Amino acid sequence: MSVDREHILDNFFVSGHTACSGCGQSMAARIVMNVAGKNTMVTNATGCLEVFSTKAPETSWGVPWVHSLFENAAAVGSGVEAALKHLGKLDSIRVISQGGDGGTADIGLQALSGMIERGHDVLYVCYDNEAYMNTGIQRSGLTPFDAKTTTSPIGKKSTGNPKQKKPLVEICAAHHIPYAASASVGYPQDVEKKVKKALSIRGSKFLMIHVPCPLGWGSDPALTIEIARLAVQSGLYPIVEYENGQLSNRMKLAAVKPVKDYLVTQNRFKHLLKNEEELAKVQKIADNNISYYGLK
Amino acid sequence: MKQFLEGSWAVAEAVKLCKPGVISAYPITPQTHIVEHLAKFVADGRINAESINVESEHSAASVVLGSQAAGVRSFTATSSQGLFLMAEVVFNIAGMRLPIMMVCANRAISAPINIWNDQQDSISLRDAGWIQLYAENNQEAIDLIIAGYKIGEMPKVMLPIMVCVDGFILTHGMETVDMPDAVAVDKFLPAYNPPFKLDVDNPMSFGLLGDPSVYTENRYSLHKTLEELLEIIPQVGSEYKSAFGRDSVRLVEKYRVHDAETVIVALGSVCGTIKDVIDDEREKGNKVGLLKIVTYRPFPKAAIYNALKNVPNISILDKNISLGSEGAVYTEVKALFNDSTKKISGFVAGLGGRDISKGTVIEMLRLTKEEVNNCKFMDLDTSLLWEEFRVS
Repeated sequence: MSVDREHILDNFFVSGHTACSGCGQSMAARIVMNVAGKNTMVTNATGCLEVFSTKAPETSWGVPWVHSLFENAAAVGSGVEAALKHLGKLDSIRVISQGGDGGTADIGLQALSGMIERGHDVLYVCYDNEAYMNTGIQRSGLTPFDAKTTTSPIGKKSTGNPKQKKPLVEICAAHHIPYAASASVGYPQDVEKKVKKALSIRGSKFLMIHVPCPLGWGSDPALTIEIARLAVQSGLYPIVEYENGQLSNRMKLAAVKPVKDYLVTQNRFKHLLKNEEELAKVQKIADNNISYYGLK
Repeated sequence: MKQFLEGSWAVAEAVKLCKPGVISAYPITPQTHIVEHLAKFVADGRINAESINVESEHSAASVVLGSQAAGVRSFTATSSQGLFLMAEVVFNIAGMRLPIMMVCANRAISAPINIWNDQQDSISLRDAGWIQLYAENNQEAIDLIIAGYKIGEMPKVMLPIMVCVDGFILTHGMETVDMPDAVAVDKFLPAYNPPFKLDVDNPMSFGLLGDPSVYTENRYSLHKTLEELLEIIPQVGSEYKSAFGRDSVRLVEKYRVHDAETVIVALGSVCGTIKDVIDDEREKGNKVGLLKIVTYRPFPKAAIYNALKNVPNISILDKNISLGSEGAVYTEVKALFNDSTKKISGFVAGLGGRDISKGTVIEMLRLTKEEVNNCKFMDLDTSLLWEEFRVS
């Protein structure tokens, strides 16, 4: 579908899509696209971002954009990159492949590993809203510990998701790619800086952006940015950079907030607030992050 | 130029002549030699293509999906389990109207795991929206690849093409082939210039969500294009014949059918054996013939009907089985005739590399004249079966 050029101006991901109010993913996508600019080709995994931005005959994308399937955004990106290389256009055009946490960390992990192992000149962006939101809030490999989802419900024998988040940035960094980083939509300038930096580097790059989902998290749509910041400030979402496999930078925390300040903002963690034992486990995860990554 | 080549090498040479810019495949027996030869051509600079060694067939199909969407002619090849791992992408490629060429080196499906030939793999994906062409020999494989690219890339077609070559029998068999001249192929097959592609100067979105208000029309359009191909394929076939002198690109081949009383219908390499049997039988005065289906998708209903309408005994050989039903080709051919005077029998043979000998074919002809069989397995070793299964 062709795009209304007048409406785009300098915006490469335009409004008019059907994302929920307060959707962190749509905010992050706009930041990524506007940094990337006109000379970009995007491959997109199946998921919320694809569904809410491209219901035929409409599209929000002001750059060439292709969606194929759930698990193959990185492989399709590899193919687009190979084509540009063949055409001698890889110096002037950047390729971005993107998807949600399910499409990236779970079903698409093999294709992602293949792409970065082969060293395709692609930036992969994972919008991490910590569950399968498009199908109705089921747990993914990036759902945090003790979060309530429809497939990790709370009950007599359950306090929510039994596992911690898969260390996806480290998994990518372990491929010794030139750049692997995390960011948060709560810090838009940091996202901009990282997209710019990643796109200046040749080879495979990976960027994971924490994006609150008011519908899935049971949070106030007006507080998306604030909640994203609390995740970082509590140490639950470390903002780090790896270059060539080595931890090279992290966002230092001026004052560390207790995890309860973050958990209290979301229904998915409501059951923890009066459960000191589980609260302590979540606090321990944050404390470990702070010492492991040197966030203080 | 006449060359004595292994089938996989011949296929690779034909692909090279078509100048794909991106090649991506994942190794699986018996397809491997094809991609090994292509990788060597790339390594030696004999073909200007990116060769992407992916981590799975799913990604192989996805890589060529991406490269073809970006406007570059692409190629992949697989077999059996590999085709099934690709299946999701295979359907997606057709829906996105990307004229990718795939060679399927036909192989049986697991379980039990079996690397040998039958046609269960590609037949099982007949509904995907791809053009499916079946080669009898390595010469036909070459011709169908070159013509297949041209057919698929026509702006009014824009559909992917699967050229099916029987694993081992063709892929690993040595035959003399006439390799077309590169200049003549360039003339026949123009550079790929799709009406739509990923382009930063004309940004478009591909692979959109199609809700109930548009989905049916998408599927209908695919179906209509496939129906139109029943006219387009013979047209390109005559262009191919003018350019290269061979009549390989067609819907069906009629072999001694005109006055035949019994005709076998089959696809692929087994047609060579069947032709030998027919020649022998004709020597003895038996009026038998062969109808070879080259184009299986779109299914050439009229061509098959017209070829067989005056034939009293029809014998359909399937190297596949729709378990719980019957051979796939049998179902489709039988459905063309509402004529109780005809004897139309279905035979399943050659599964998992079991040889189809001349004797098998002779027995099929005998049985066809004698009685109607819907799903007769040939050459069963009944000693391997449970006792209650021993009466077929």
